[in-house]
Amino acid sequence: MYKVLLCWRYLKTRWIALASIVSVTLGVATLIVVNSVMDGFTSQMQDRMHGILSDLVVETRATNGIAEPSWYIDRIRARLGDSVDGITTVVTLPAMMTFHHNGNAHTQQINLIGIDQTTYASVSDFSKYLLHPDNKQQLDFILKRNGYAPEREALQPSGWEYRSRVEQLKKDRQTELERYRQLQAKISEEQQTQIAKDSQPLSDSTTDQGADSQAKEDATQQAESNLDLLGGPAIQPIQNGGGGRVFDASVEQRIGIVLGIGIGSVRGRDAEGQVKDYFFIRPGDDVSIAFPNAGSPPRAIDELFTVVDFYESKMSEYDGTFAFVPIEALQRARGMFDPVSKQGAVTSIQIKLARGTDLNSARDSLRDEFPPSESYVQVNSWRDTQGPLLAAVQLETTILNVLLFMIIAVAGFGILATFFMIVVEKTRDIGVLKSLGAPGSGIASIFLGYGVLLGSVGSGVGVLCGLAFVWKINEIARVLEWITGREVFDPTVYYFDTIPTVIHPFTIVWVSIGAVLIAILASVLPSIRAARMHPVEALRYE
Amino acid sequence: MNNSTPAKSLAKPITSAANQLRVVRPETDNESGHAEKTHSTSPQSFSSESMVDARGVTKSYRRHKTSVAVLKGVDFSAEHGKMTAIVGQSGSGKSTLLHLLGTLDRPDSGEIHFANQRIDNLPARKRDAFRNQQLGMIFQFYHLLPELTLLENVIAPAMIGQSILSYFRNRSSILKRAKELAEMVGLSHRLNHKPSQLSGGEMQRTAIARALITDPKLLLADEPTGNLDQESGQSILQLLRNLNQESGLTIVMVTHDENIAMQCDALVRLKGGKVERLK
Repeated sequence: MYKVLLCWRYLKTRWIALASIVSVTLGVATLIVVNSVMDGFTSQMQDRMHGILSDLVVETRATNGIAEPSWYIDRIRARLGDSVDGITTVVTLPAMMTFHHNGNAHTQQINLIGIDQTTYASVSDFSKYLLHPDNKQQLDFILKRNGYAPEREALQPSGWEYRSRVEQLKKDRQTELERYRQLQAKISEEQQTQIAKDSQPLSDSTTDQGADSQAKEDATQQAESNLDLLGGPAIQPIQNGGGGRVFDASVEQRIGIVLGIGIGSVRGRDAEGQVKDYFFIRPGDDVSIAFPNAGSPPRAIDELFTVVDFYESKMSEYDGTFAFVPIEALQRARGMFDPVSKQGAVTSIQIKLARGTDLNSARDSLRDEFPPSESYVQVNSWRDTQGPLLAAVQLETTILNVLLFMIIAVAGFGILATFFMIVVEKTRDIGVLKSLGAPGSGIASIFLGYGVLLGSVGSGVGVLCGLAFVWKINEIARVLEWITGREVFDPTVYYFDTIPTVIHPFTIVWVSIGAVLIAILASVLPSIRAARMHPVEALRYE
Repeated sequence: MNNSTPAKSLAKPITSAANQLRVVRPETDNESGHAEKTHSTSPQSFSSESMVDARGVTKSYRRHKTSVAVLKGVDFSAEHGKMTAIVGQSGSGKSTLLHLLGTLDRPDSGEIHFANQRIDNLPARKRDAFRNQQLGMIFQFYHLLPELTLLENVIAPAMIGQSILSYFRNRSSILKRAKELAEMVGLSHRLNHKPSQLSGGEMQRTAIARALITDPKLLLADEPTGNLDQESGQSILQLLRNLNQESGLTIVMVTHDENIAMQCDALVRLKGGKVERLK
């Protein structure tokens, strides 16, 4: 009983020890904050990586693809049975996109992905990243009237509203240009007659008129460049469907395409430092895409597509390169459609596994089914595709944890030193307790118990501080930004508005157990020293 | 000071600590019985009335490679129910002898007996229990625990001697006994004061109350008045006197004050590492 009482009294009166425990508290709090932010980032990143990728991909590099996907699908279903949750076929191609902006043609390398819009949503989270609420429900590759992410001002107007307005502007510009040409023709005609009239009497008015016509020409150019700023030049329609009928872009669309938001926009800051998106392509614009056909050697073919939506997975790698089109359009354009079997060839089959299925064993069993020696397909899981990045993040987390635990170990030595001091300070009391008949083990347990108490208090407070920090991390980041004037968390880099955090209860448990253990270990030596003290010498200690 | 009622209560076996004493004793009996076979002590040379004896005890301390012999074969006996004083000059080994009697230290040679049982060669745990149950000790510098209140200091030995469970079972009787003792030493109004708030005399009274909580047979006092003024010293002495007379508590007191020593029943002087009986 005296042990408990003395532990408690020491805890209440020895504030120096509490100061030493602050280091444990800080260490524990830091570990919890760092772990939850790292876990937050990791899980966000995994979500995003996995968002567009299906669990397993059976793919081929052959230009003409897998000719008979249904045969493969049957075998996959037979092999994996109930663990297949969804399956879809995809055509993936490297491609080059051309679009016009401010009167210039821009090209960009993209990954063109032909998807089956009815089944693609069953293998990945693709649809939830689309901007238009209707497309989130079911993507149909049809341009919507409006309503593309109405909270983004930079994206307004878009859809048909935008497209028809642009077409109207183009028409207006045409008529304007026509009018100017007529005007110009008329002027030059008048000049001709004027020159003919004034050819005999040479006068100084000629130079005036010359300057006049020069000014008019300047005005024309000025008007033209103004129009360029508004809508860009008319995209020369590449024949698609053709048949002599004139394509009316203000009411008709080309085949739909969904672009990654990074292809069509840039994120930057305005003069006040506010984060702004700037869209140089909007839903409603037409883009031209060049891609290889399935022939050998492959030839480039060019198609016009109408942007019907953006998707934003917030993985810059995907958002900056992926463009989705309907699979049949690609199959037909590339010559992958077999008119006899009515089957289109595909380059990959994507599989979503049922919840709880082991990813690697499913992949291995498919690799068994399609051995590389016999088939020309490869089986990969999404983790294989993103393996190096995931491994890097894992390594980073591990190293951070080791380093931070070293901080707590340093705190442990602080406790050790403080405890030795306390034992020295309490030498006489130890002597008194011994003279009253307290055994060495009892005295040791006073100091051990004191260590346990301090460790528990320290890590308990640390856990609370850490959790509070994580809970209010975005507010804290804002305060830090305000104090330092530097942005702690740059949304132009991370695409996040807030710092993501995930708290694993397990992490908190092992962090606090570790901290208490270190406090106990640090109090073992001083306790043994206290237990071994000679009572007479202890009583005489001054 | 009205000490008639508390002094009477001292004689009664009130506390459970006293009950525990009886549990501990058979063990010490066995131990010492074992020891007697090997050492074949001759109790007739010591009075059967003696409470604690030292027989041919030597003790030396090492200081910087040189060994200083403090006790060179000391025979000492404190009789049951008597108040024995040990006097001597500083460094003559008075306190050393007292520590040996109280099993806080072990003699280099010789034996210490308590109620005719050898105690100096008991294992550490038994000696701890012996100190706790049979002995009370008071010191020149009081040695109270500064973190505990007066009441907690008084009950500390009872807490040390019992497990948490039995402490809680006997808590009310221990507290009652502690309050009686505090009243006896005249401090019942300061139960919740810390030692730093008490005067020297009050601290020594607290120490006496603490020494008595387990109903010991023997009280060892190491210059109990050495740090007190004449008046409080005298009242402490009076307190000890009363305890000795009214409840038959055996007291061994170390002092360098001849006046105090003369008031005791027996008196020995330590000189040159030997003991010489004066009274």
